[in-house]
Amino acid sequence: MAAYFLRRLIQSALILLGVSFITYVLLFVLPADPVRQIAGRAATAQTVENIRQQLGLDQPFLVQYGRYLANLVQGDLGRSYLQKTEVGDLITSRLPATLLLMLAGIAAELVLGLTMGIAAALMRGRFGDQVLMMTSFVTVSAPQFVVSLLMLYIFAVKLGWFPIGGYGTAAHLVLPAVTLGILGSGWYSRMMRSSMIEVLRADYIRTARAKGLGRARVVLRHALPNAVLPIIAMIGIDIGIFMGGIVVVESVFGWPGIGQLAWQAIQRVDIPIIMGVTLVSALAIVVGNLLADLIAPFIDPRIRLR
Amino acid sequence: MTLVAPQPSGANMAPDSPTVLTVDRLTVSVRTETGLHPLVSDLSFNVKRGETLAIAGESGSGKSITSLAIMGLLPPPAVRVTAGRIALGTNDLTAMPEDAMRRIRGDRIAMIFQEPMSSLNPVLTIGTQLAEAIRAHQDVSWAKARTRAIAALASVRLSDPERRMAQFPHELSGGMRQRVMIAMALVLRPEVLIADEPTTALDVTVQREVLDLLRDLQRESGTAIILITHDMGVVAEMADRVIVMKSGRMVEEAPVARLFKAPSAPYTRDLLAAVPRMGTRTDSADPAATRTPAPHVAQLSDVVVRFPLKSGVLGRISGHVHAVEHVSFDILKGETFSLVGESGCGKSTIAKAIVGLVPHAGRIKVADQELKGLDTAGQKALRRRVQMVFQDPMAALNPRMRVGDLIAEPLLIHGFGTPESRRVEATNLMLRVGLSKDQMDRYPHEFSGGQRQRICIARALALKPDLIIADESVSALDVSVQARVLALMRELQQEMGMAYLFISHDMAVVDTISDRVAVMYLGQIVEMGTRAQVFGNPQHAYTRRLIDAVPVPDPTHRRGQRLQVSDEISSPIYAPNQHPKRVTLHDIGAGHMLAED
Repeated sequence: MAAYFLRRLIQSALILLGVSFITYVLLFVLPADPVRQIAGRAATAQTVENIRQQLGLDQPFLVQYGRYLANLVQGDLGRSYLQKTEVGDLITSRLPATLLLMLAGIAAELVLGLTMGIAAALMRGRFGDQVLMMTSFVTVSAPQFVVSLLMLYIFAVKLGWFPIGGYGTAAHLVLPAVTLGILGSGWYSRMMRSSMIEVLRADYIRTARAKGLGRARVVLRHALPNAVLPIIAMIGIDIGIFMGGIVVVESVFGWPGIGQLAWQAIQRVDIPIIMGVTLVSALAIVVGNLLADLIAPFIDPRIRLR
Repeated sequence: MTLVAPQPSGANMAPDSPTVLTVDRLTVSVRTETGLHPLVSDLSFNVKRGETLAIAGESGSGKSITSLAIMGLLPPPAVRVTAGRIALGTNDLTAMPEDAMRRIRGDRIAMIFQEPMSSLNPVLTIGTQLAEAIRAHQDVSWAKARTRAIAALASVRLSDPERRMAQFPHELSGGMRQRVMIAMALVLRPEVLIADEPTTALDVTVQREVLDLLRDLQRESGTAIILITHDMGVVAEMADRVIVMKSGRMVEEAPVARLFKAPSAPYTRDLLAAVPRMGTRTDSADPAATRTPAPHVAQLSDVVVRFPLKSGVLGRISGHVHAVEHVSFDILKGETFSLVGESGCGKSTIAKAIVGLVPHAGRIKVADQELKGLDTAGQKALRRRVQMVFQDPMAALNPRMRVGDLIAEPLLIHGFGTPESRRVEATNLMLRVGLSKDQMDRYPHEFSGGQRQRICIARALALKPDLIIADESVSALDVSVQARVLALMRELQQEMGMAYLFISHDMAVVDTISDRVAVMYLGQIVEMGTRAQVFGNPQHAYTRRLIDAVPVPDPTHRRGQRLQVSDEISSPIYAPNQHPKRVTLHDIGAGHMLAED
């Protein structure tokens, strides 16, 4: 077990290193110039050059990246170009809000997606199945910001059930979390449906029925744990896509998390913040996958961590 | 457990035992686009308390559909009972609502299935699965249900039943799992037990244990057993009465002794004639012994195949699967050399080593060429000389290729001929294996199992190999089909003179086809010789155990002696510095090789 964690730790470090390198390359080759953003339109060529030298942006790529890495291993994510504060502080102050929204959002997409998937599998081929699969198709294909704005318009502006935006109470959490849930539920309901249909055909389900077990016990105790196994692995992988949804939802609902921070930083080419948020997101994906792998053996005793 | 004199299971059944289940003019149909098609037609039979009724038939005969109809487990909504009734006591099961049927399933009628590997839920403990079967029908606490579950496990002679309760299915062997299934089915003392091919997936010695157990438990409980099987040996050993089914209809019903002695229906006669039997081959003159020494097509000496098991951060090797240990034998031109043994004994690994699919130590020579050290071209050339035919022809044929192209493909791969000449060659091969020319452009799914295996054989013949490795090639076929495919293989051998390495778990089939036989146990050969030597005069304890365990298709030959039940999972896995005890073979006369113990 200790060996397993050690190996996963080394793997994680390598993944984060790779992510940091690729992001840095992308930012380096980007046509947008961060110095222009900082200096403003009216700045003279001399001012621009001074700022460039100050930030070390006149150096070759490997020097810049090497310096960034050297600071990173000491826990220093650098300073924001525009907000003039430490990126580490910015992220830690906003992380709790994002984590809260993530947990609520993942819970919402799983509850919605798995319920729809199980229901569709049990009604396979009938009208209810078609309605559910149509719904999932719509949620998968609808653009994130459209769904977010629509939710905001209907439930906050028109009906007034929830606050229009912001952070603080449980009521503030509902709309962004449900929006994330709706956006993610389509994938999970489709996967759950096909996984469930396959498991319901298994020999051990026939055995369970031959024992005279009731339908509820056959579905929930015998089929569900087997059907949910591939879904758990998906949750870990899905966190990356989910983070993309978080950026949009936080911006639309004015949720003060790192998604909103990233949104603002991207518009202004604030490289240290983009790097910091990307690394935190990558870390979330790595941790999410690790958690998924750790949960699996509790559901299926045949899985061994090696 | 007291040892009782062997007797037919129903022998203690009074002749006027009450009827527990009556099936009356049952018709089960499947709804397709073209209308209702009967899968079982007008079937009537009854079962008495304490009796074993066998329903025998080949695939597609409707025997499993009949059992699912009795259980009320037909796959909805396409398949359903369209006529007739199934009476359990005074209840008509076909007219029963699902909730009432649920209360009967598992309580008054129980069922065990063919695949013990997949019939238990992998994520639930044995204890949970047993206890819930009790609690589904009786209002008892979990603790009480568990106590009864432990007793049930003990009754199927599982060692250490309390520990088994906390184990998961994957921690048990196939035979142990099937005994758990039996415990689960019988724990509520059902009136009827339906056993659908209960031993088909098991090794022959394990099959023997399970059959003995079923018979003993029936004697104690008086449960009526409906035994569904394709294996006439199992029928002969277990049944009191037999129904033979074909294409959804009953063709014959008779007491077991009469059925085997004087079958009345022509189909039954054909079926019984096709059953491979041990010790019935008449050519007592041993061809291998009298033949002048033929050249070798393959020579194995001291072949070892081990697979490393890795663990830890750096993937340190924590042990080895000793799949094949110091195996030596020769295959002569034109002979059939058979490897027999139970699952996991290493017989298929040897086949893979001969075609170079797994790395080996020791020496393998094919057509006088050492396998090791060959370059890619050399390996390709050698593969021409050895071809394989596998167990599952459907999986061995690419479903998206036409069979004509499948048969011609080896020629294409090795660059022989033109498209036209290859097509002519494929046509000839099709005709040779008993298929017709106009089937060339069809796809594999349009053929029956036996025809698909003929296609695989034609493909193996395309390169005119010296050796064909037949790895359980006839094991998945119905007996009548199996007999025809075996006859074809023999004919082709006489005509073309290639050798067969015939790998099988089926002793009777091996006895009918082989010239020489090697018996394998946990990676090593324990006995080897001509067919007459090994089957006529078996010397090693394991060989005898295997031969004794085979059910004999003759009801007058019911055995008394039972095998020792064992829950040990024998395994060829050893730590890095440990090795299995090496057996050495020595000649006990006329080339009959026996392991020294």
